[in-house]
Amino acid sequence: MFEYFTQAIWSPYVAGAGIGVLSCLAFLLSDRPIGCSTAFVKARGLIGKAINPERIAKKEYYREIIPQIDWAFMIIPGIIIGAFISAFTSGQFHVFWVPRLWGEAFGYNPIVRIIAALAGGILLGIGARWAGGCTSGHGINGSIQLSLASIITACCFFIGGIATALLIFRVIAA
Amino acid sequence: MMLVRLHKNKNAQIILGLLFGIVFGFLLQKGGVTDYNVITGQLLLTDFTVLKLMLSAVIVGMIGFHLLKHLGYVQSHAAEGSFGSNVIGGLIFGVGFALLGYCPGTVAGAVGTGALDALIGGMVGLVIGAGFFAELYPTLRTRILTWGPFPAVTVPEFLNLNQWIVIILMEIFMIGALVLLGYLGL
Repeated sequence: MFEYFTQAIWSPYVAGAGIGVLSCLAFLLSDRPIGCSTAFVKARGLIGKAINPERIAKKEYYREIIPQIDWAFMIIPGIIIGAFISAFTSGQFHVFWVPRLWGEAFGYNPIVRIIAALAGGILLGIGARWAGGCTSGHGINGSIQLSLASIITACCFFIGGIATALLIFRVIAA
Repeated sequence: MMLVRLHKNKNAQIILGLLFGIVFGFLLQKGGVTDYNVITGQLLLTDFTVLKLMLSAVIVGMIGFHLLKHLGYVQSHAAEGSFGSNVIGGLIFGVGFALLGYCPGTVAGAVGTGALDALIGGMVGLVIGAGFFAELYPTLRTRILTWGPFPAVTVPEFLNLNQWIVIILMEIFMIGALVLLGYLGL
């Protein structure tokens, strides 16, 4: 039994089913969907509050998504810890700058990769808040609730993502 | 019937947020989706791990959620959407998703596996992007985010069908999609 938890990888069906059960538990115990993008608004607000509290207090968005340490904030440190435990105990943890598929297409210069990742992260942050959720909040938890908006949003994530990935790797890199 | 006292206990919820994150991060890593190559492979349509994991989660979660809702233990959080918010935001997200190769949850998971591009690029970018959105919000809220509201909140309302019929049809469709992926060897 213990060996199962230190395996390098599980079937995506098993891991996915586990996430489905976990999502139900979050609705039951915390009355909320498991979403990840709100945490980044809170982190930005908390950093802003440390520098200039009055400026943050005036912003409309931070009155709706209050910068504080709460469930929605803690999910992110939790994910880092959980993924670390899984990777470390299965011998999968290793520090690297450039992932393989990126390196094969654009080279292993860390600066180039970080600039692309930073640009991607900024667009991801804007898009997630614009749409009101992420792959988990809309894609999994919204779909679970049969939310029309969430299912449409999840389709748009993948339409935009597939089109951009094909452009980056099949057109620009080629 | 709902666990209202637990929901209102702020300290308990902080701990629960951390615990849910730990289990979620563990399952994301075990499922393979904290790996840049797996996510990018999905967007290039060469690796279907992400779709398999997400469909499995929704197949299990949809039944579980609606049974719990029927018994009065949980409530729906589905909200009204719009073309201006969900479609435009979703497409912007998609561009960032492909450039970064992680989404807001898996980027944190990737950090836990040692990915420095996820930490220095992805997480920092997400914080900056969320800040940009906060700046844009007062303008967007009145002009774009409410533009083109969707005609219904949920799929059963949209189709004007009993929710259990919709659930059964969607479950058959999703399981069928997984069977098809397996049959095609993807």
